[in-house]
Amino acid sequence: MAEELRIFALNGSLGYGYDRASFEAGIGVAPQLIGCDSGSTDPGPYYLGSGRSLVKAEQIVRDLKPALLRARAAGIPFVVGSAGFAGARPNLDFFLDILHTVVRDEGLRFRLAVIASDVPKATVLQALAAGRIEAMPCAPPLKASDVEQSIHIVGQMGTSPYIRAFELGADVVIAGRSCDTSIYAAYPIWKGYDPALAFHMAKIMECGAQCAVPLAANDCLLGTLRRDHFLVRPLASQRVCTPESVAAHTMYEQGNPFLIYEPDGVIDVRDADFRQIDRQTVRVSGSRFAPTNSLRIKLEGARRVGARAFTIAGVRDPNAIANLDFIEGEVRASVRRNLDSAVQAADYQLHFRWYGRDAVLGELEHAERAPHEVGALIEAIAPTQALANHVLSMARSSCLHCHFPGRKATAGNLAFPFSPSDYEGGDVYEFSVYHLMQVDDENALFPIEMVTV
Amino acid sequence: MSGSTPLGQLASVIRSKNAGPFQITIDVMFAHAATYRCVLDAHILTPTVVARLYGIDAADVEVIPFDRVFSIKVTMPRRWGSRGSGSAGDRDVYGAQQHGPLLDLPVP
Repeated sequence: MAEELRIFALNGSLGYGYDRASFEAGIGVAPQLIGCDSGSTDPGPYYLGSGRSLVKAEQIVRDLKPALLRARAAGIPFVVGSAGFAGARPNLDFFLDILHTVVRDEGLRFRLAVIASDVPKATVLQALAAGRIEAMPCAPPLKASDVEQSIHIVGQMGTSPYIRAFELGADVVIAGRSCDTSIYAAYPIWKGYDPALAFHMAKIMECGAQCAVPLAANDCLLGTLRRDHFLVRPLASQRVCTPESVAAHTMYEQGNPFLIYEPDGVIDVRDADFRQIDRQTVRVSGSRFAPTNSLRIKLEGARRVGARAFTIAGVRDPNAIANLDFIEGEVRASVRRNLDSAVQAADYQLHFRWYGRDAVLGELEHAERAPHEVGALIEAIAPTQALANHVLSMARSSCLHCHFPGRKATAGNLAFPFSPSDYEGGDVYEFSVYHLMQVDDENALFPIEMVTV
Repeated sequence: MSGSTPLGQLASVIRSKNAGPFQITIDVMFAHAATYRCVLDAHILTPTVVARLYGIDAADVEVIPFDRVFSIKVTMPRRWGSRGSGSAGDRDVYGAQQHGPLLDLPVP
């Protein structure tokens, strides 16, 4: 085991960008691994359902190319987790296309490990029947139909598949859906470092310089792991880590600030000690790790629920603003009346969001001041795009001309900024699966394809 | 309410974010130990209060003080979307603007 391992996190998500000076500073410390997270469920189920990436190919090339070139020049591993955003096969293939283009253009040659994260429906159904599935907090219980209707189901891999890839001699690891920590924790664990420190450091690193002051998901962070502690330092000279910023980041996006649940076990950070050791660097020690005796992998699945059409308009007339609920009711009734009897109420959804009034908080909004202007977002969701367009078109014209008590502005209730007024939002998805599955063999669930490119 | 200060004014950071597609977690952070203690001792940030403000069941709400960084973490079920973040009817896919109801909570 070397004295220390220097691990270089490019940023919080590949494609978000990073400062070139920070990048050069990171390369300058001779890191032993460069890593980057590339996905998240935060932007919703669309990316898993459609297999598309939130981050565009141009953004990925911009971030990927310098890192890959420098990693290869230094002969150190380059690791990307949750490739293509959702990590399902089409996401992974999208990312690999970009990677192969860079490889061709630059004439690179290396051992590539591709780790798939798609979980077959049959596997999930078997686990469900065997009582080996558990809902995540606040998620609905899993039904067989949820599994069957899913377009893609992926599992968040832990460190084992990554370690297997390193054992197989991978220079570059491109993995499907992964626990964010696996990207940074697998290599040090493989090298014999304390898993508690490796996981805790990985948890802090997965958002790039988000743990620094000023915080930035789009900048680089250096983690230095030693036998009994680790150091974190932002690579931009104008950023610093403080004990508070690092400790606070431990709880970011976590339901519990003290216990971090990973497939391999639980990291307990209650007794962690955070200490400033120079202007930019914080030293962390004292985290503990309790390995699990029952491996559980988090599954994510998405299914299509229909297609969306929407329009955006402004309302400035005070009488109209005072009557928005009335108008909404009239529009709903008018759409229902005018639709063919072939289209049932259950076949479509109409949603109104009145920005400036309560669009963000709905019934929880308690602001009392009447807005002078309201943004109207009218949305239709139906099984087909054609029906969504049809429903929206009726709702839009009905809302424009709807009469209400005290109406003086009789020529129209809505100010449309655009022609055309109506937009197709494409397919709408939802998370059909967000559950833990007991797994006996993690490496069998996440097969590795080794290729020389 | 005279003699009280809104929580949003006392906190140095008050951030809301998804903790997965089915939960929201709100971090209420304070710059000073004294303010943090004052809010904790006032017992105004409890599962019952949060449940009332968000129209949810108190049993589903966790309020966890984090002394190390003078912060109180509030974790609760997400309110919007028919099935998780980004599903039909959602209002806030990332859950980034759900702290509003806590801002005006009076701290005596």
